[in-house]
Amino acid sequence: MTDAAMPPAAAAGPSRKPKKSLHVLDDNTRRRNGAERRFRILGGCAVGTGVLALVVLLISILSAGLPSFQQTFLKAEIYLDPAVLDPSGERDPEAISKILTFSYSPMIKGSLTALAEELEAQGAENLTPKMLADMVSGAANAKLRDYVIANPDEIGKTVEFEFLTNARIDQYLKGKVTRESAALDSRVDVAQLNAADELVASGAMEKRFNWDFITAPDASENRPEAAGLGVALLGSLYMMLIVLCLALPIGVAASIYLEEFARKNFLTDVIEVNISNLAAVPSIVFGILGLAIFINMMHLPNSAPIVGGLVLTLMTLPTIIIATRASLKAVPPSIRDAALGVGASKMQAVFHHVLPLAAPGILTGTILGLAQALGETAPLLLIGMVAFVRDYPDAPPGGLFEPATGLPVQVYNFTQRADPAFVERASGAIIVLLVFLVIMNLVAIILRRRFERRW
Amino acid sequence: MKATNLIALAAAGIVAAATGAQARDQVAVAGSSTVLPYASIVAEAFGENFDFPTPVVESGGSSAGLKKFCEGVGEATIDIANASRAIREKEIKACAENGVTEIIEVRIGYDGIVFASQTDGPAFTAFTPDQWYHALAAKQIVDGELVDNPNMKWSDVDPSLPDVEIAAFIPGTKHGTREVFEEKVILAGCEESGAMAKMTGDLGMSEDDAEDACMEVRADGKSVDIDGDYTETLSRIDANSNGIGVFGLAFYENNTDKLKVATMSGVVPSTESISTGEYPVSRPLFFYVKKAHIGVVPGLKEFASFFVSDAVAGPSGPLAQYGLVADPELADTQAAIAAEDVMN
Repeated sequence: MTDAAMPPAAAAGPSRKPKKSLHVLDDNTRRRNGAERRFRILGGCAVGTGVLALVVLLISILSAGLPSFQQTFLKAEIYLDPAVLDPSGERDPEAISKILTFSYSPMIKGSLTALAEELEAQGAENLTPKMLADMVSGAANAKLRDYVIANPDEIGKTVEFEFLTNARIDQYLKGKVTRESAALDSRVDVAQLNAADELVASGAMEKRFNWDFITAPDASENRPEAAGLGVALLGSLYMMLIVLCLALPIGVAASIYLEEFARKNFLTDVIEVNISNLAAVPSIVFGILGLAIFINMMHLPNSAPIVGGLVLTLMTLPTIIIATRASLKAVPPSIRDAALGVGASKMQAVFHHVLPLAAPGILTGTILGLAQALGETAPLLLIGMVAFVRDYPDAPPGGLFEPATGLPVQVYNFTQRADPAFVERASGAIIVLLVFLVIMNLVAIILRRRFERRW
Repeated sequence: MKATNLIALAAAGIVAAATGAQARDQVAVAGSSTVLPYASIVAEAFGENFDFPTPVVESGGSSAGLKKFCEGVGEATIDIANASRAIREKEIKACAENGVTEIIEVRIGYDGIVFASQTDGPAFTAFTPDQWYHALAAKQIVDGELVDNPNMKWSDVDPSLPDVEIAAFIPGTKHGTREVFEEKVILAGCEESGAMAKMTGDLGMSEDDAEDACMEVRADGKSVDIDGDYTETLSRIDANSNGIGVFGLAFYENNTDKLKVATMSGVVPSTESISTGEYPVSRPLFFYVKKAHIGVVPGLKEFASFFVSDAVAGPSGPLAQYGLVADPELADTQAAIAAEDVMN
């Protein structure tokens, strides 16, 4: 595009004298316009490719994951058989709690026998009571047992419960299991699908929004329908708290010192290069570091949010320092000079005038750093956070030392499982993670828009 | 500046709290990804039925789990290591060096290894170890000489097999499953077909060299190592209709709508044929308990005995429902845990 920047002397030369009217484009202009048009088309293509990739990603995740927020429930009346639950008849809580969940399965099967016969008469051919009982999630036993231990007086009565159905039936109502696939599938029978149709028609079975997906802990491979994100969300929240409480003050203090107080010499140059370098170090390296220092040397517990938080703090620090230094630099020197001119000390000038003006930029950088930390998986793999954890950690500070997982590792965890129903839950977990990331980035944008100053 | 002070205070609090480690009150388990589903099923049921906290189960592979297990005694180390193979002499030594001298070995049951392909794919319905050896070994004996494997299609191996390119997806070397596959399929096939005898006889190789030559898997792209989990193998099979994959029985049973299984030496893999020993490719699954932690970590012994109780690991328990082949000698294992019998 050197034509456009042609020196005036050459342009004014006799050979380049415009011979035609300005309304007629000469070759040179046409070429330049053509180049611009081609660049616009290429640019549009580039943006289009990006948007297309995003749309495909979103559509595939949403279509795979949105169903996980809904779950199928079955209402059933269960006879709490005293012969099974309390053979001594004394309603002694100790004795009742000795009856393990496994003993509840035959009781559920017994209570459903009448319903199975009724359904078979209505058209669900070859349905046995066992098949009907198998349609109920394995989590039902624990729910029944908890209820019986809490209400020992109900033993001997018939109580209506609402149970999760097993994952195959749930997937059938969501259209993922078909009669053709069920015929091949050893985990489900076509008779069960027929029974499910009848139960839906009678209103005993329904699919609805399931908060438990967000609040419940993980579940084992036998019951994907009961698996939730509760522990992972709590673990991620704890880790973010630690990152915020450590990375923000350390990062801001470091950048204020480097930017406003430190002398510019070889040492600070070295530090600066190293900080930029650290920001580009692969995150798995921080995981290795965390394993060596926090677990092997400091003997902090495995799988605990405190270790995850510390590792992610190390990872986020460079991001926060770079963002903070940039926003401190953006505050014009005249502000500092004015403050110093009216007699403020250097520290007063920085903390009373420069820092408040740089705050929006610092916050934006911090939130972006946090968002990056929230989605980070690799360092957590090494410090034992990819684990099966079912107990919620306590409130901080004690809970920071108890085992937990994190949202991204929970996604990874779900994708490793054999049951196809976990695929849906992995996508559901991705949606939850994306929602948090979008919220954090939105907050960052809003903060920047509202408080940004221009000079 | 109030907010800054508050944050600084909180930061100081966290650092202060970080210096004092806390007592662990839940059982910590790590190891084999094959045993992981079983361990998590038991951990879940254990948490539901007892007042102890639910054990934390980590994955990572048999070797990684045993390495962690052998790091020493104390609350910072794990209590139980899951393994899809028996502990090795080398590992027992490493354990002893770090003070882990008393180890209780618990066999939870058996796991079958099956060969499965797409339901609509070519008719891979029956295999023998001999065929797998000829399809996957790096070197074959042709005209009395050891040459690179010339078989490109399954029909080259045996005319009764489908006329399609060989594309096998087998577990990577970090998996315990790979070891079983090499020993019970490739090596067995090598011996069965007489190739082993030729190597030690005509070619004059030593027995060890011959075994190594038998078990070396071809690296020309016909056989693909899968370092991830069975889910990865499944997605490879999904993408390649000629592909055939090596899976655990439990994984196959959860995905029978997508996979069809082949017989091995004429035996259909099932929990029955594996427990009777008819199906040749199976292996025991173990977990190892650190005896020094019993009585220190609450619930450890209870968890171990619950794991192998009849209600859990028996033929009608939840583990069998998931795909574990119950151990006929479960009663002995239960007694060994009750007596806290350690390995020699």
